[in-house]
Amino acid sequence: MMPEFPDAVVLARVQFAFTISAHIIFPAFSIGLASYLAVLEGLWLWTRDESYLKIFQYWKVIFAVVFGMGVVSGIVMSYQFGTNWSVFSDRTGPILGPLMGYEVLSAFFLEAGFLGVMLFGLNRVGPKLHFLATLMVAVGTLISAFWILSVNSWMQTPAGFAINEVGQFVPVDWWAIVFNPSFPYRLVHMVLAAYLTTAFVVGGVGAWHLLRDRRDRGARIMFSMAMWMALIVAPLQVIAGDFHGLNTLEHQPAKVAAMEGHYETRKGAPLILFGLPDDEAEETRHSVEIPKLGSLILTHDWDGEVQGLKAWSKEDRPPAAILFWSFRVMVAIGLAMVGIGLWSAWVRFRGRLHDSVWLQRAAVAMAPSGFLAVLAGWVTTEVGRQPWTVSGLLRTADSASPLDAAAVGASLVAFVVVYFAVFGSGTFYILRLMSKRPEAGIHDEIGPTRAAGITPAPAIDPDRVIRHMK
Amino acid sequence: MELDFPFIWAALIAFAVLAYVVLDGFDLGIGVLFPLLPGKHDRDVAMNSVAPVWDGNETWLVLGGGGLFAVFPLAYATILPALYAPIIAMLIGLIFRGVSFEFRWRTTRGRFLWDWGFASGSFLATFAQGIALGALVQGIEVVDRQYAGGWWDWLTPFSLLTGLGLVCGYALLGATWLVMKSEGDLQHRARRFAWASGIATLAFVAAVSLATPFLNPKFLERWFAWPTMIFSLVVPALVAVCAWGLFRGLSEQRTAQPFLASLGLFVLCYAGIGISFYPYMVPPSVTIWQAAAPDSSLRFLLVGAAVLIPVILAYTGYAYWVFRGKVDPSKGYH
Repeated sequence: MMPEFPDAVVLARVQFAFTISAHIIFPAFSIGLASYLAVLEGLWLWTRDESYLKIFQYWKVIFAVVFGMGVVSGIVMSYQFGTNWSVFSDRTGPILGPLMGYEVLSAFFLEAGFLGVMLFGLNRVGPKLHFLATLMVAVGTLISAFWILSVNSWMQTPAGFAINEVGQFVPVDWWAIVFNPSFPYRLVHMVLAAYLTTAFVVGGVGAWHLLRDRRDRGARIMFSMAMWMALIVAPLQVIAGDFHGLNTLEHQPAKVAAMEGHYETRKGAPLILFGLPDDEAEETRHSVEIPKLGSLILTHDWDGEVQGLKAWSKEDRPPAAILFWSFRVMVAIGLAMVGIGLWSAWVRFRGRLHDSVWLQRAAVAMAPSGFLAVLAGWVTTEVGRQPWTVSGLLRTADSASPLDAAAVGASLVAFVVVYFAVFGSGTFYILRLMSKRPEAGIHDEIGPTRAAGITPAPAIDPDRVIRHMK
Repeated sequence: MELDFPFIWAALIAFAVLAYVVLDGFDLGIGVLFPLLPGKHDRDVAMNSVAPVWDGNETWLVLGGGGLFAVFPLAYATILPALYAPIIAMLIGLIFRGVSFEFRWRTTRGRFLWDWGFASGSFLATFAQGIALGALVQGIEVVDRQYAGGWWDWLTPFSLLTGLGLVCGYALLGATWLVMKSEGDLQHRARRFAWASGIATLAFVAAVSLATPFLNPKFLERWFAWPTMIFSLVVPALVAVCAWGLFRGLSEQRTAQPFLASLGLFVLCYAGIGISFYPYMVPPSVTIWQAAAPDSSLRFLLVGAAVLIPVILAYTGYAYWVFRGKVDPSKGYH
């Protein structure tokens, strides 16, 4: 029976999907950018080439804006489990809570503590301590990824637990909990995704400026570094993704069946390239198939058996249409990234990396592709876990807070309005920062993060002048 | 030896929340005072005095929330739905003020927008925190491990009183912080703010203190029965000492003393609430031990906390040390 007005659980799910999607954009970028900044500062200290420092300063300002948005959208997440998903919180708290506690203690404080020194402190602490601060921020982002992906992976593939008399999941084996079956794959896949996302943003910005002035040294360095990343990391990501997929097939076969659009369990199953999965009719209509390739990819055997969604009762299946398409979007972007990497290797080999206008145009077009791929990938894995919050053990419908639909609806509207206004403005400022030429520095912008170490003269502040004149 | 893990964790969470209140308190207070600061120069100095540390300050809030989820999941799962509207309002306030630290410098034409966002976001977050505190003190109804009250239970004259009280209190912390970090005109102005907000804060502390014992018979007993009645004498006496230190420090134009005295006031008020509360995690029915996760969870996280919290305090102290002294914009603070 369909309710006429969305019920509180549906609204809570929409709210979670919206706030987590908005949030993941920022860490996906800041994890990669923090590491990139550490590499740039390290190269500057090692070679003493001022260009690296300029590129560092350039991306540092952007990092500050991105990181700020990541922090505020992350605080929302840390409270939303309690406000909207109180039953989930009570049941899983004894297991997931300590993992998140470790994230706060070992990552968030580290990032926040050294961020101030990294943004504002170069003059005060000197280059070496400053480099240490940059490293700590980068390490902090990676530790944070470690814990939160462990949490998410446990929800996908729970392990090492028992259930107590009040229905809570309680720890039995912490090692098994932290290193649950899907965690290593998801961690590698996500960290590589963050690196690729950043590489394509940096590459796109470099290409944009090269198209205007191909002598711009800063843009040349950025573009070259980004294309190396595309060449090396994109193929690694394809391999990591394949391993992750096989792991999912082992532990969450219904998710893979939905991703592939398979309803029937078959030996020698085809690979469905495109089609329209229909959960009502239990078939994928208008499908374009390659015979037997599905079995080959999933089981590494032409005649391997692949389970279809009909192997599960209807109320235990994830919605196939969403997964089928989000998965294809992710894969297509991943392959396009590999293509850009190979293309760049070819023109680099011919010594024309900085002159290849079409490669640069393609790189500009691909600049936001990492974000899309990350979102599509998370939609695949999260929607693929449905209808459960803890796979096979706790249903989404049983996880929510006992809230009025009106309360959840009102807060959802508030979040949507605020996020579009605030993060829309932030995106605009970031694009404006990116439109400035790297080698020219950012001298015509006033700001706190602008000029650590390279300020030629203090900015003249009209208010102060007026006060002195009084 | 059997350790009482829930008790240890209650103390640690209490410490995290106190650290949050005093640390983010002064930078939220700067935001509350922002509309009263005329001109770009004063606002630049005020904001720059907290820009390098605000993010670390706010992380204590995440530790308070995340820690509650980890070690007192029942409290986390009942308090947050009960305080739904104030929590959402706080989060939205924190979004606006948090991004303003960066956005404000990224635009000239739109700066007034983020000045406004910084001020109103700080006010909203503070007011919501104060309301949440009041609502928690007056009690949250829990049945079958779930919140069982209504959606507007948090809104009472008492919670509005604590909300406004916290706004004045954070403004006091912000003003005395500015006294310490600024010079000249701005410092002079901050001292005036400190006087006004100090008097208002003490008035609210008195009003809340008089109202609290009558919210719950257990609170009344705690404050007026022997031997816990000793607290009723000691705590107000120490509050008077801090108030004296605050106002004397202001009139003698000392730099750090007013801030330290204000911190003392906060610690005492916090201790006062803790005395009323104990042994409840979610008054009036859920105790620390009922709300706690199993010992295996508490022990696992305690190992990390015992190592990491001292390390955190060390490098946080280092960050404050790096940015010590007056904010001097003419020397190019950045």
